[in-house]
Amino acid sequence: MSDSPILSIKDLHAKVADEEIDILHGLDLELGRGELHAVMGPNGSGKSTLAKVLAGHPGYEVTSGEVLFEGEDLLELEVEERAQKGVFLAFQYPVEVPGVSIANFMRTALQARLEEGEEIDLFDFQDELLGKMELLGMDPSFAERSVNDGFSGGEKKRNEILQMAVLKPKLALMDETDSGLDIDALQVVANGVKKLKEEDPDMTVLIITHYQRVLRYIEPDHVHVMIGGRIARSGGPEVALELEAEGYEQYKEEQPAAS
Amino acid sequence: MPQNEVVEGLDLDQYKYHFITEDEPVFRSGRGLNEKVVREISAQKDEPEWMLNFRLKALEIYNKKPMPTWGGDLSKLESVLDEIYFYVRPQDKMERSWDDVPPNIKETFERLGIPEAEQKVLAGVGAQYESEMVYHSLKEEWEKKGVIFDSIEDGLKNHPELFREHFGTVIPSADNKFSAMNSAVWSGGSFVYIPPGVELDTPLQAYFRVNQEQMGQFERTLIIADEGSKAHYIEGCTAPMYSTESFHSGVIEIVVKPGAHFRYTTIQNWSNNMYNLVTQRAMVHENATMEWLDGNLGSKLTMKYPSCYLVGEGAHGSVLSIAYSGDGQHQDTGGKVIHAAPNTTSQIVSKSISKGTGRSTYRGLCQVHEGSVNSKSNVECDALLINETSRTDTYPYIEIEEKKSNIGHEATVSKVGDEQLFYLMSRGMNEEEAMALIVRGFIEPIAKLLPLEYAVELNRLIELEMEGSVG
Repeated sequence: MSDSPILSIKDLHAKVADEEIDILHGLDLELGRGELHAVMGPNGSGKSTLAKVLAGHPGYEVTSGEVLFEGEDLLELEVEERAQKGVFLAFQYPVEVPGVSIANFMRTALQARLEEGEEIDLFDFQDELLGKMELLGMDPSFAERSVNDGFSGGEKKRNEILQMAVLKPKLALMDETDSGLDIDALQVVANGVKKLKEEDPDMTVLIITHYQRVLRYIEPDHVHVMIGGRIARSGGPEVALELEAEGYEQYKEEQPAAS
Repeated sequence: MPQNEVVEGLDLDQYKYHFITEDEPVFRSGRGLNEKVVREISAQKDEPEWMLNFRLKALEIYNKKPMPTWGGDLSKLESVLDEIYFYVRPQDKMERSWDDVPPNIKETFERLGIPEAEQKVLAGVGAQYESEMVYHSLKEEWEKKGVIFDSIEDGLKNHPELFREHFGTVIPSADNKFSAMNSAVWSGGSFVYIPPGVELDTPLQAYFRVNQEQMGQFERTLIIADEGSKAHYIEGCTAPMYSTESFHSGVIEIVVKPGAHFRYTTIQNWSNNMYNLVTQRAMVHENATMEWLDGNLGSKLTMKYPSCYLVGEGAHGSVLSIAYSGDGQHQDTGGKVIHAAPNTTSQIVSKSISKGTGRSTYRGLCQVHEGSVNSKSNVECDALLINETSRTDTYPYIEIEEKKSNIGHEATVSKVGDEQLFYLMSRGMNEEEAMALIVRGFIEPIAKLLPLEYAVELNRLIELEMEGSVG
């Protein structure tokens, strides 16, 4: 069991729900438990679609293919069931929830994982939340702010990392978490991910990014290049370095014609 | 995403149950409103002549005034009014039995976590409320300070001069058709007087005042906060209120004298056959502060615009409200602030939530009279729509006669968006939990001002209401 991949994607085709043309064109990908993968690709290659399809975004539709999470058909599960089973998506554009504090938000998310009639212990929760904030170098007052309401880009991404820390996913999907961040914010976020990975080496991480720079701070075990809705190349960290030197140009001719 | 399951929830919008009793009351006025009924009410209450004349004059005004057409749909109201009894002698009020209360209503009470003794009061089965002891000790303390907290009838009997000096001065009978109606047939309500300089830490709660008439259809409340006093009055409850009647028309008059500070909190949740047409107004004098905190849930149609008449220099008024409209309901609410003195300030914050075919209307007036220099007002109305079929409208009337004043207005309409729901659900909440959290966040700026137990009940109520909102 431990040798089988935590996530296995086979020949996945998917599209925006009310459009005709597939964005993912037969994508194959396997992630072993505890591994750190990066999927890199130019704009329009389908990276974010992959993240949203895995998390169950209602705006996308799988047309064919299979996704197994710990051997179970992930595509059959509701969004919240996927989350409860340990899939976490760090959003590229985290959404504002005015009037709801981060602490209240996290408590509600944890409470939702419990059986009917079970109540979360507020003192344990408080300790846990403050502990994670300390680990990530955040001020405790951060938890009292309304979720993403009036946050800077960096604060939004840090909030995503904090949620990831508290929800302790088995599989963390990071959708362009590095986009729009300056170097300082990028380092904070990257260090956060590294710390969480140290705390829980079994956590599997899939970083989705356009740029190589985030991978300077979090070194991936595997790098995949995504072009035209499928994986064009897979390899080790050297693939990312190569991309930095040569860009995505070399893959252009390999792109399938839109059909 | 797979189709959402419709949760078999308690839908508080669907009050189709009525309390059934076998016994008919011994005495009722005839159906409809006429002079005989008004005379009978006054006689039953053994009122002084001036009050009878006040009522009769109000009836005349009521008969002359046309049904208002500027607000919610009242076209079917006349036939409702022809059918109702405008007065039922208290001793003849229907004795309901707890066993008659439908099981699903009991279940709603259970799910709201309301103690059984209080449930019985809410269901109108007339049980003694268990906090009566608490009330008595508070009452002693208040009496020592000279505070009067009585039924409106006792107020008239026991404090005739104080009563007559203020009654009908804030809201004249001729103010509108329903204030005229109430003035003619009022029955039940509170009379409150806070002496100069007295500050009360404990809110005056209407449900403490065990009185058969406290939830009258035509309640009339008169409050006088004397100079430099400070108090908070709370009326109502977030739990659904069950009534066999389908019409409620109250008048609440408050006089806030110089330097006084008064807050009036109402939370009401009427059954969905109810026309709820209420006039609430405060006369706010020099350097005094009046705060209305108003929560309207349920009813078929509510029309209610708590008002502050800022008549003294430096007076401040605020109207903070939450309205929730479920299927088939219309909340036409808002607030009015009239700046009639220099250096007066006001604030209106209105938050509405519409679900299903529910409709929320914000209707507000901000008026600055000439000479009210340096007046400031800020109006903010935010509407949240849960479903595609929900509706909201905004009618902010602003009339400014004084150039040296500063008026701000801001309105937002938001929909619970797919992206927002997806965000919350991707953290493990189901759609209803996500919806409830979004709604709670939306009303949080006002809900946090409520006494804790009310805020908790309101949150639970929203969770119940959000059940069945998706699918």
